Amino acid sequence: MADVQRKSGPLDSDARSKIGRVEAVNGPVVHANGMSGFGMREMVHVGHRRLLGEIIHMEGDSATIQVYEETQGMKIGEIVSGTAETLSVSLGPGLIGGFFDGIGRPLSELQEMKGIFITPGLEVPMIDPDKTWDIHVEIKAGDMISQGSLLGTIQETPLLLHRVVCPPDVEGEVVWSASDGKIKSGGLVAKVRNALGRVVDVPLTQRWPVRTPRPYRERLLPNEPLITGQRVIDGLFPLAKGGTAAVPGGFGTGKTVTQHQLAKWSDAQVVVYIGCGERGNEMTDVLEQFPILEDPRSGRPLMERTILIANTSNMPVAAREASIYTGITIAEYFRDMGYDVALMADSTSRWAEALREISGRLEEIPAEEGFPAYLPSRLAEFYERAGRVVTLHGDNGSVSIIGAVSPPGGDFTEPVTRHTKRFIRCFWGLDRNLANARHYPAISWLDSYSEYAHEVEGWFEGHVDHRWGELREKARLILLEDERVQQVIRLVGEDVLPDDQRLLAYAAYLLKNAYLQQTAYGSDSYSSPEKGFSILDMIIHFYDRGLELVRQGVPISLIRENDAVTEITHLREFSAEDSSSFERARKRLDNHLDRVGVERTREQQGGRQ
Amino acid sequence: MPQSEYLGVTQVNGPFILVDNAGSDAFYGELVEVRIPGGKTRKGRIVSLSEKATLIQVFAGTDRLIPNDTRVRLLGKALEVQLSPTIIGRTFNGLGEPADGCGVVFGGKRVDANGLPLNPIARQYPKDFIHTGISAIDTLTTLIRGQKLPIFSGNGLPHNQLAVQIATQARLMGSEDFAVVFAGIGIKHDDAAFMIKELSERGRANNVVTFLNLADDPVIERIATPRMALSAAEYLAFELGYHVLVIITDMTSYCEAVRELGVAAGEVPSRKGYPAYLYSDLASLYERAGVVHGATGSVTQLPILTMPNDDITHPIPDLTGYITEGQIVLSRELDGKGIYPPIDVLTSLSRLMKDGIGKGFTREDHSGVASQLFASYSRVQDVRSLASVVGEDELAKADKQSLKFGEFFENRFLKQGRDEDREIGYSLDMAWEILSSLPRGDLTRVSLEEIKTHIAKETADSPSEA
Repeated sequence: MADVQRKSGPLDSDARSKIGRVEAVNGPVVHANGMSGFGMREMVHVGHRRLLGEIIHMEGDSATIQVYEETQGMKIGEIVSGTAETLSVSLGPGLIGGFFDGIGRPLSELQEMKGIFITPGLEVPMIDPDKTWDIHVEIKAGDMISQGSLLGTIQETPLLLHRVVCPPDVEGEVVWSASDGKIKSGGLVAKVRNALGRVVDVPLTQRWPVRTPRPYRERLLPNEPLITGQRVIDGLFPLAKGGTAAVPGGFGTGKTVTQHQLAKWSDAQVVVYIGCGERGNEMTDVLEQFPILEDPRSGRPLMERTILIANTSNMPVAAREASIYTGITIAEYFRDMGYDVALMADSTSRWAEALREISGRLEEIPAEEGFPAYLPSRLAEFYERAGRVVTLHGDNGSVSIIGAVSPPGGDFTEPVTRHTKRFIRCFWGLDRNLANARHYPAISWLDSYSEYAHEVEGWFEGHVDHRWGELREKARLILLEDERVQQVIRLVGEDVLPDDQRLLAYAAYLLKNAYLQQTAYGSDSYSSPEKGFSILDMIIHFYDRGLELVRQGVPISLIRENDAVTEITHLREFSAEDSSSFERARKRLDNHLDRVGVERTREQQGGRQ
Repeated sequence: MPQSEYLGVTQVNGPFILVDNAGSDAFYGELVEVRIPGGKTRKGRIVSLSEKATLIQVFAGTDRLIPNDTRVRLLGKALEVQLSPTIIGRTFNGLGEPADGCGVVFGGKRVDANGLPLNPIARQYPKDFIHTGISAIDTLTTLIRGQKLPIFSGNGLPHNQLAVQIATQARLMGSEDFAVVFAGIGIKHDDAAFMIKELSERGRANNVVTFLNLADDPVIERIATPRMALSAAEYLAFELGYHVLVIITDMTSYCEAVRELGVAAGEVPSRKGYPAYLYSDLASLYERAGVVHGATGSVTQLPILTMPNDDITHPIPDLTGYITEGQIVLSRELDGKGIYPPIDVLTSLSRLMKDGIGKGFTREDHSGVASQLFASYSRVQDVRSLASVVGEDELAKADKQSLKFGEFFENRFLKQGRDEDREIGYSLDMAWEILSSLPRGDLTRVSLEEIKTHIAKETADSPSEA
């Protein structure tokens, strides 16, 4: 990669003199000798096509390299040259709206160079160094700066103000600073004299090794929800900003649609979407929709806050392993500007399988189901990079991770799901039967849980309605109790049940069909917490009043069979602002229930006369 | 190009041979020619390369190979296939060599059969509805141009008939060039003969390209067959502008071949003995479908796989389902009831249908109706299991209506003739008709508006609505 700052790196002269030779090729794993001058995890160029690879094992003079590109055509004796850095990405303005492969090459540039197919051995800078930006500089010569100091700001997109923050390893007195106005991505923001008296450059675009988490000042507890616009998530199993969630499900249960929905509607300022070993068309879907879809809060195209990373299932497997780290590093970079970042990884199972595939080629001893023994520690390292933090600059920022898991055969006891569950706090289990009935999102209300529910309840009670927690608990109890009632119904049918249980089953039916079920297409795709609460409130209201009537002896059929009740299942067709429609529907429901109650009283009185 | 030849093979192990010191000319993935005593040659491919030894996988197997007398010649190229516009109407063997006695393919170009990954940014999201004339598919698992939609079947189910019906009835909106690429992997002679006969007789004349690896052909060639076929499809689509429908049958034979090779090569097996890279390997085939910006053609894949023991959680259908854009599942139970096509709609799915249906594509109410049919038919399953416990007579009124709906759905909506071609509008109207047999409170997936337009219209003269 032709990034400016690396050319001036101190190790560069060494890198040029180091040359290794390929001695064996086995798929993406290449062995080379003459490698003693190289570093572990160093990025290398392999062969005359200069395929990008990473050293993953060293022994004496020889090294094992995982190559991020197709190795077909490689011969014994081809040269290996070093780059003097570990796998790194460029961080700076120009990332937003970008579409990168697993190792950070912009896919549009690749297409311009070679057409519709990706050919191996292409080198493209992640950020075009010649692209110019309008910078507002916040420092001047003589200022003392250290890690986290705000150096300047760039309005990268109408949605995002890019804060140029002093990188972690720089500290000292500014001897020169850029001036307001045009600056190139490859340009310098400042020159700083450090404590040793050496003048160092502070480039606008910095490099960061992807396997190293970026530093922050302190970690905070997550207590603010990430609003997703999905009723089942916001209402029952909320995710906090800076939290971690997993979405496991067999094929066709809607993992990707759920991930897309979160990428579209969650109230994060930056969204990083990693398509890891999944379908090419899914990325195309995002790429075509996001420039058109509007952010519900600002009305701007969603692409202005989104970064896409794709290593589709047919792209080289080693780069799949890297794509997760590339994504999380970019997410942390924006977190460090004080933003809330949401990262979707679809799917972490493909990433784990990439680990397995490489491990197999290295002939390591496998642990469970062929996965390497270090799988759980890798998963932990990844999920622990989420969190709500005080940044080095002193702002609050967060990275929330939502990882899809694709368990083989839909079996949640397999290693990836099982280990993932240990490191996440919010679990949205997708249910095959719900998906078959096209009840989407197919998030099971029985298997799923959220450890954030109580931590974010206060926020909802302050911002939406003070009865939020109470109603959530009621809804959960109805659904739980319904599971028991349904077992009885499956055995003997509904007719023989007492009316209060039938009412409960009906309330659960309403919850499932009017509240939890939500189509991803059309106007109901985003449902604000207020709208969700209005629907939930109506159902619980119906249940509470219905229960009173049942206790007075009113038959369930009279309570249930009325247009005002059926209408509850169509409440979601109203828009959130249309509060008068909600009120009218509630009035009609109340009128109906009043009437049923009055008729019953009259009958009883009539009977007595 | 200078071609080196080596005499002597140090080890023969199943389909693999080990050659010492193939030198620095050999490259990873290179195609070789193995000359066995008697002058016959077989093709092989370098699958592992090191300074000391080179592992070669021999297509057509290693029978009658005498180690000391075998010569290996490096061909200086990877596994390639010769393609030109004249391939349409031709039949090739599993390695892409002509098998119809019409001689070699002249002109055109040679391409690497492994293909290259398509840049996701070059893809255009598939949105064009393919009209198949089959109600269950058009309405509930809509096929989209550029989609990969496999048929999950079992032995003895009519998957071949269904594939032929789709291929011959498929109408792509407009009158563009349409071609079928048929890849038979380890299929029986009879099946191959049936497919070829039906495809060429019922379909448009002479638009089929066939690649055949029959059940008694060398197993190892099965690895190459789908790659040859897909290379041909990509060529026809992206260079000649055809809309290509690729039918690959049977993917199960392909996966078995991958397993056999993996085990022979001494790899660490993963689930059920299949290699850990089966997902990536299958993806390298299935992902070769789609629509590309700036090209007029498209590749639509309709792979067929027989689920071992009808088990959908078996690694082959499982991994396939994770890569493809949905699946059409055939049910033995429906087949037993005499319903053709026996499509189990609840487990079937088309991921791309959401954008290819509705206003401007099929009809405005399509999405709601489809969702409602799924919801209502899913309830039928619950009611049936209840009825088997308490007896049909004991059911509540709503449950009885549900059973009746189930019957209508299976016998009128699903069931259709082997050459019956139904209009999408006709299918949707029929869907409303059978939905109107349900109580209105059950129709939660269609909007009030749609209920008014469709149900009121169709049952206007029924007394219950008065």
